[in-house]
Amino acid sequence: MEKAKTLYALLSGHQNEILRQWQKEQLAPGVLRSDLISPDELKQQMEDFLRYLVEAVKKDETEDMSSLEAWKEVRSFLTEISKTQAKKGFLPSETSMFIFSLKKPIFQLLQSYDTEDLEKFASDLWKVNTLLDQLGLLTMESYLKSKEEIIRRQQEEMLELSTPVVKIWEQVVAVPLIGTLDSARTQMVMENLLQEIVRVSATIAIIDITGVPTVDTLVAQHLFKTVSAARLMGAECVISGIRPQIAQTMVHLGVSFQDITTKATLAEAIKYAFSRVGYRISKGESTK
Amino acid sequence: MELKVLKRSTFPIRSEEDIVKARQIVRNWANEVGFKLVDQTKLVTATSELARNTFVHGGGGEMMLEQVEDGTRSGLRITFQDHGPGIPDVTRALQDGYSTAGGLGLGLGGAKRLVHEFSIQSEVGKGTVVIIVKWV
Ligand SMILES: Nc1ncnc2c1ncn2[C@@H]1O[C@H](COP(=O)(O)OP(=O)(O)O)[C@@H](O)[C@H]1O
Ligand SMILES: [Mg+2]
Repeated sequence: MEKAKTLYALLSGHQNEILRQWQKEQLAPGVLRSDLISPDELKQQMEDFLRYLVEAVKKDETEDMSSLEAWKEVRSFLTEISKTQAKKGFLPSETSMFIFSLKKPIFQLLQSYDTEDLEKFASDLWKVNTLLDQLGLLTMESYLKSKEEIIRRQQEEMLELSTPVVKIWEQVVAVPLIGTLDSARTQMVMENLLQEIVRVSATIAIIDITGVPTVDTLVAQHLFKTVSAARLMGAECVISGIRPQIAQTMVHLGVSFQDITTKATLAEAIKYAFSRVGYRISKGESTK
Repeated sequence: MELKVLKRSTFPIRSEEDIVKARQIVRNWANEVGFKLVDQTKLVTATSELARNTFVHGGGGEMMLEQVEDGTRSGLRITFQDHGPGIPDVTRALQDGYSTAGGLGLGLGGAKRLVHEFSIQSEVGKGTVVIIVKWV
């Protein structure tokens, strides 16, 4: 039976054994996500992580380093792994198990030494347990941060996607607005529309608000600004899709679209736009 | 007639997102109480104006939503409260086109025209309370 020694000595003395046990846990069928990571890659990650861990315990215990400094590499390595796992599509539980599955091999090892030194055993057990719990929380934090980044990026992409400016015909562009027009979105719509007006040398721009649930004075102001800016670029704006309940509400609000062309439907707006640029829509032979 | 409150809930107005939520919750309640589409739209739009004032001019606050009954009619009462700078001249603030923030200046007056009852209390340095009622 070994005499109680430092945690570092114990861990480094049995590093291979811990690694083997740990890998057995993580590579077990039903645990390993072979669809997301190859066994070799995972094994390498575990080996690297354990090396950093043992190194950190050594610094912490023997070199009297500030704890923050000693654990820097472990933390950054773990943060990276967790972020990558989040991006690859691992479940949160799977990512945290990377750390928690280390408990069993290390606890087993602790139990195997000098049972007479109960105090030492208890304090090491407590130390390791706290340590692994903290690292487990760190994986969760990093995992969630990474997920949040992904969601934010997707939201930004959706903002752009949800405001597509389409060229309907020579000189005619249209943008159907859908959903809540908060300031960020309206800003993007306005920029996209103006860009497209310049790009295709449009003279008519249709803004369809059929899909906008609430038109308050802020939305109206944004619309007015867009119309003025489009005018400066040489394009006339037509606002279509003002539903009856919205028209009534606007009257009470005192918002008037007086000097802006409005049409009840997108179809009417398109017909109007065509006539303005010199095209006529006429019915011919049906090819059905 | 005595006013009976059947249901009451309070919501924070501290971000753009809260304004969106406020509109949604008022639309849901208005729908449940039985408002027609036009009146729902009017009430939701008034909510949007006042919630935005609470957030933008009042520096944030809260909205209290109540389902009320006065014996013959049922409706919604909505209270917007903030502890912001207050309004020095309420009569002026209610005038169409008056804005200290580059807005259209139609929010207060517009909201008043969209509902049945409208009251405003404001004290400089203390804050602002706006209460509106719309009956079904
Ligand atoms: N809750 C509030 N706190 C302080 N000032 C307010 C508040 N609500 C309105 N005001 C003042 O009243 C003015 C008019 O409000 P409003 O009619 O909604 O126009 P807008 O919001 O477009 O400026 C505002 O510009 C602001 O100076
Ligand atoms: Mg306003």
